[in-house]
Amino acid sequence: MKRCLIIDDSRVIRRVAAMIIQDLGFAVEEAENGKKALDACCVRMPDVALIDLDMPVMDGMTFLRALRQMPGGDKVVTIICTADSGPPQIQQALDGGADEYVMKPFDSEIMHSKFLLLELL
Amino acid sequence: MTPDDFTFVARLLKERSGLILTKDKSYLLENRLMPVVRARMLKNLDELIERLRGGQIDLTETVVDAMLSKDTGFFRDWRPFQHLRDVVLPNLHAARLGKRHIRVLCAGASTGQEVYSLAMQITEAAESFSGWQVQALGVDISREALTAAEQGVYNQFEVQHGLPIRALLRHFNKEQDSWRINEGLRRMVSFRPWNLLDDLYPLGRFDIVLCRNVLAYFDQQTKLAVLQKLSRLLFEDGVLYVGINETVTGVSSSFTPVIPEHGIYAVHRDGHPDSRSLAIAS
Repeated sequence: MKRCLIIDDSRVIRRVAAMIIQDLGFAVEEAENGKKALDACCVRMPDVALIDLDMPVMDGMTFLRALRQMPGGDKVVTIICTADSGPPQIQQALDGGADEYVMKPFDSEIMHSKFLLLELL
Repeated sequence: MTPDDFTFVARLLKERSGLILTKDKSYLLENRLMPVVRARMLKNLDELIERLRGGQIDLTETVVDAMLSKDTGFFRDWRPFQHLRDVVLPNLHAARLGKRHIRVLCAGASTGQEVYSLAMQITEAAESFSGWQVQALGVDISREALTAAEQGVYNQFEVQHGLPIRALLRHFNKEQDSWRINEGLRRMVSFRPWNLLDDLYPLGRFDIVLCRNVLAYFDQQTKLAVLQKLSRLLFEDGVLYVGINETVTGVSSSFTPVIPEHGIYAVHRDGHPDSRSLAIAS
C-alpha cells in the first residue's frame, strides 16, 4: 500500500485529509510541522507528501527543500496544501519543487482529482 | 404532485430535451423546480404545473433548463484528456498539416469546463498548433449554463476539480475569489445554444467531438439518433469521446471502440481499410 505523509499544524485538517486520502487507498502518517515530517522521512520515505506552508518550528517550503536533498526525496510526489491562493505564492511553491497545489478549503473530489492527475491512482 | 402531473412533466422533458425522468428521480422535480416557483413568485409546484399545462412557452423553457444536470468539471476523469494530448492531437497535427485548420465540438458543453479543457490541451500540445486556425465550439440546450460558460469565471472549488495547478496559472487570471479564463483561450472557444435532438448538420464538420456524460440521460432510441448525427459530423478519421461510464457499443454501429473504458471511439469506416483513425497511435 502506498503511503502519504500529511504535514499540517492543524489537527482538524490532518484528520480530514487523512480520512479522504485513506479512502483513496493510501496508508497515512501525520506530522505537525516540517521538522517532525523530516524525522518521519528519515525512518521511511513516503510516496506522497501533503504539505501545509505556514507551520511553526519548520515551514512547508523549508521542509520541501530539505526533502529534495535527502536520498530518495526527489521521488516523493509533493502537494502543497494551503489557504494561500495568490498566483505569486503558487508559482513560488512550484519553483521550489512542489508537484501540485491545493487551495484550502478542499473536499474529497478535489483531492481525488489531484491524485488522479499525478497518476497516483 | 399527482402521478398525472409527474407523467406530464416527464413527457415534456423527454420531448423538449430527450431527458428521461424516471419515478425514482421524482425528488429532482421538487429540488430543481422550487427555485423556479420562487423566482416566478408562484404559490407552489401545483401552480407551476398548471401554467405549464396552459402552454406558457417561456416557462416551459425555464423548467427544462432547470431540470438539466449542469454537472461537469475541468479534465473530468483525466485519462481521456491524456489520450487526447498524447495520441489524438499529434495524429491530428500530422494529418492536417496541409490545411492547418481544426475544429472540435463539445456537445453538451454545460458551463464550459470541458471545452476549455480541450482548448487547453490544444494550446499545450507538443506539436504546436500556433498559426493554425483552431475552432472549439461548445453547444448546449441550457442557455443558463452557456451564459456562465461564455463568462468563463469559476470559483475556487470549480478550478480545483481536475485542473492541474500549472494550467490554472497559465490560462486563468485571479479576480478576487474567482478565476477568469484568459483572453487567448477565450478567443479559441465559442458557444451556441443547440438542442442535440435537432439537426446538427448546420454546425459543420469536426475532427474531434466530446459528448461526455450526456447520453446517460437519454433512452436507447434517443442515444442512437444522437450518435448517428454525431458520426455524420465527424470527418472519417475523427474521434468521439463519451463519458467513461457510457458506452456506444451495442447502441450504434457507427463507431468502433478504441479505448472503450475511457469512452473513446473512432468513426466506423466501412470500405475504407486504409484510412486510420486519429485515435489510434501511429
